[in-house]
Amino acid sequence: MEQASSDLEGQLQPAPLEPLGYADGELEAAVGEKAEGAQEESSGLDTMTENNFWLKKIEISVSEAEKRTGRNAVNMQETYTAYLIETRSVEHADGQSVLTDSLWRRYSEFELLRNYLLVCYPHIVVPPLPEKRAEFVWHKLSADNMDPDFVERRRIGLENFLLRVASHPTLCRDKIFYLFLTQEGNWKETVNETGFQLKADSRLKALNATFRVKNPDKRFTELKHYSDELQSVISHLLRVRARVADRLYGVYKVHGNYGRVFSEWSAIEKEMGDGLQSAGHHMDVYASSIDDILEDEEHYADQLKEYLFYAEALRAVCRKHELMQYDLEMAVQDLASKKQQCEELATGTVRTFSLKGMTTKLFGQEAPEQREARIKVLEEQISEGEQQLKSKNLEGREFVKNAWADIERFKEQKNHDLKEALISYAVMQISMCKKGIQVWTNAKECFSKM
Amino acid sequence: MAGGPPKALLSSGPHSLRDMPHPLAVSSSEEAVGGDSTPSPDLLVARSFGDKDLILPNGGTPAGTSSPASSSSLLNRLQLDDEIDGETRDLFVTVDDPKKHVCTMETYITYRITTKSTRVEFDLPEYSVRRRYQDFDWLRSKLEESQPTHLIPPLPEKFVVKGVVDRFSEEFVETRRKALDKFLKRITDHPVLSFNEHFNVFLTAKDLNAYRKQGIALLTRVGESVKHVTGGYKLRSRPLEFAAIGEYLDTFALKLGTIDRIAQRIIKEEIEYLVELREYGPVYSTWSALEGELAEPLEGVSACIGNCSTALEELTDDMTEDFLPVLREYILYSDSMKSVLKKRDQVQAEYEAKLEAMALRKEDRPKVPADVEKCQDRVECFNADLKADMERWQNNKRQDFRQLLMGLADKNIQYYEKLTRRMVRETVLEWPILCQLSGRIAYSRRR
Repeated sequence: MEQASSDLEGQLQPAPLEPLGYADGELEAAVGEKAEGAQEESSGLDTMTENNFWLKKIEISVSEAEKRTGRNAVNMQETYTAYLIETRSVEHADGQSVLTDSLWRRYSEFELLRNYLLVCYPHIVVPPLPEKRAEFVWHKLSADNMDPDFVERRRIGLENFLLRVASHPTLCRDKIFYLFLTQEGNWKETVNETGFQLKADSRLKALNATFRVKNPDKRFTELKHYSDELQSVISHLLRVRARVADRLYGVYKVHGNYGRVFSEWSAIEKEMGDGLQSAGHHMDVYASSIDDILEDEEHYADQLKEYLFYAEALRAVCRKHELMQYDLEMAVQDLASKKQQCEELATGTVRTFSLKGMTTKLFGQEAPEQREARIKVLEEQISEGEQQLKSKNLEGREFVKNAWADIERFKEQKNHDLKEALISYAVMQISMCKKGIQVWTNAKECFSKM
Repeated sequence: MAGGPPKALLSSGPHSLRDMPHPLAVSSSEEAVGGDSTPSPDLLVARSFGDKDLILPNGGTPAGTSSPASSSSLLNRLQLDDEIDGETRDLFVTVDDPKKHVCTMETYITYRITTKSTRVEFDLPEYSVRRRYQDFDWLRSKLEESQPTHLIPPLPEKFVVKGVVDRFSEEFVETRRKALDKFLKRITDHPVLSFNEHFNVFLTAKDLNAYRKQGIALLTRVGESVKHVTGGYKLRSRPLEFAAIGEYLDTFALKLGTIDRIAQRIIKEEIEYLVELREYGPVYSTWSALEGELAEPLEGVSACIGNCSTALEELTDDMTEDFLPVLREYILYSDSMKSVLKKRDQVQAEYEAKLEAMALRKEDRPKVPADVEKCQDRVECFNADLKADMERWQNNKRQDFRQLLMGLADKNIQYYEKLTRRMVRETVLEWPILCQLSGRIAYSRRR
């Protein structure tokens, strides 16, 4: 019989980490080698694909978006956007790509896919979807989901999501994901048939675990703290950035008025007229240049947004750990109490207050046969419990090992991606400044001819 | 020039301003003014956007090169001086060295006026006196009084209307000093005004107050007589060129007013942009504290944004101190010119009235009475003076606005250059990634 808590710590020591190779860049999915040690747990079904599909290089793109109308669950007419997903396999030799699959999906199907992945791979930091509704908008941008710019940015975001999944060493092998890309009809039914919803942990249960867990792995606690802070800081950043964009837009656009007034003024001037008029044209150019500049910035904002949503995915992994850990702690506690009960029954001593003790006092001791029966039941339960505890421990260790490996992979990806995003942001700003210099230099030349 | 029978007053009804002859166009009064679409070269060319696109300057200077603003504007100023006077200059006046004086009754600023001259009107080759705004104001009224047929340059505004401005702040005093310097230089450049007695006293007298109290008024011949022109005469016909000048000034002042409002609006938007930037930059710093590998690039972005804020503040300050005041000055200039034009109208009206009266009287037919002759004399002098001054004004205006607008462009170029320098410095270590990125960014845009 094992003691209660002190052995737990021993059982929860994380195994040495085995880093998995991290995913390639975003434009191609290069998939092939079998990943070691990452056994999917709890999925029950065989979600590994048997065929060689993933051993070739594939390209995935969400190439179009289309407005559709249809009837929804409550038989009401609704308008939605459908996205065309095309998959091409790239032959190694000549680099030519052949279209192998093409189908239409809507946003809700993406959501279903993601929820499925979240439940079936709780140790993986699952890539996030682009936002459902436009947030962090500044005044020129529309918050309307049907707005073409929003749809376009969402298209890019969805493609990015698929590429992330496809380039993840574990997720890319999932059958449901494969079917998402290849089987248009009946896919929803297939997903639901896996029964994954039943395996989902309830929110309440998770919340309870978060509060009550006594000994979570410190790294997960730190990670949770980090993801909270990250979420907070990126939200703040995006909000202020939207306001900055708004103001910058105003500055540029007001300059357009110079164009008009210079033109009007040039009409009453003799020698100054030409210079004024052409300078005014440059002011118009300046004013309209802000549209492209801010469009590029939206792309930067989207890159940040992805990691804002990734923070949530990180938290989900931490929550799962807390849940498992809490579960384990409860099981240990339960086992310990059963053992104690058994002991009390066997020796006849009542060490702790219990209902049995009370009734014994009030109604007299029970017959020895009854006691024997109960001891037997308890012993069975104890042995069952010990088995369960063993497997829970194993599960917990596996989870920590695998989750932490994926987290390391994620960290590297994040550092790489965000560094690139920041640099490209700086490049955008430099390009904006160069444009500004160009326009004002042109205007200055016009003024010099006045 | 109006010398013959008075012409019908040109109505500005159906004809737009662009069809009207330019005030300085030759023999404009003979031209038929109609709604024809092919204006002669002497008249203003009707401008449309389409035409202008054809004569745009090509390309402009390659990005990255720029002339230092200060030296180019200095060059402009030297050119200005050379062009105004064909002859060698013999009078130089500067305003500098503002000083604050604190007395029991009041606090005020004086400026040092330095004069160098070889003219006989000046006893000494060099003078240095101190004057305050009041003294400038006095000078201007005296000039208006004694030289009513001429355009007197404007002074900077006496009171500052907008906002709570510190009269003794460095920026305000410097702005004012520049305007006062401009004022005196414009008088110096004027062939008639620069010889004015009051101007001389202003530049040379040790104690201006004593002189002011004496109240000696030396008027020119025309000045004297114009002073006594009473209003109340109705003008029959305004000569085309003065009518055109009047209309031009109306539109001109209007456009300047619009530009003033636009500039103010831009400054306002820039300040609001600045406010947001000041919150934006520090968020990157906060984030950088959470990170390991990303800490450095995040701090870099934060620093660049901080740099942008500083540069932007400098830009808005420059706009407020250098750009707006000159615009406002020209609006004041137009206003004072309009009143001179009105006076001219009055003088002409009086002459016309006298002519009419004379025509009604049957006697004195062959010989024109002396006072009517005097009137005619007055009108002709006024018109001549005014015409000359208008020409001078147009040239100055052109130089001034060229300089002003080039300065505006320069300030903006400098702003963007400051930003670029800093950002290139921050990203120069990321060269390999930058090269990768330049291709990527093009791809990830429109597909």
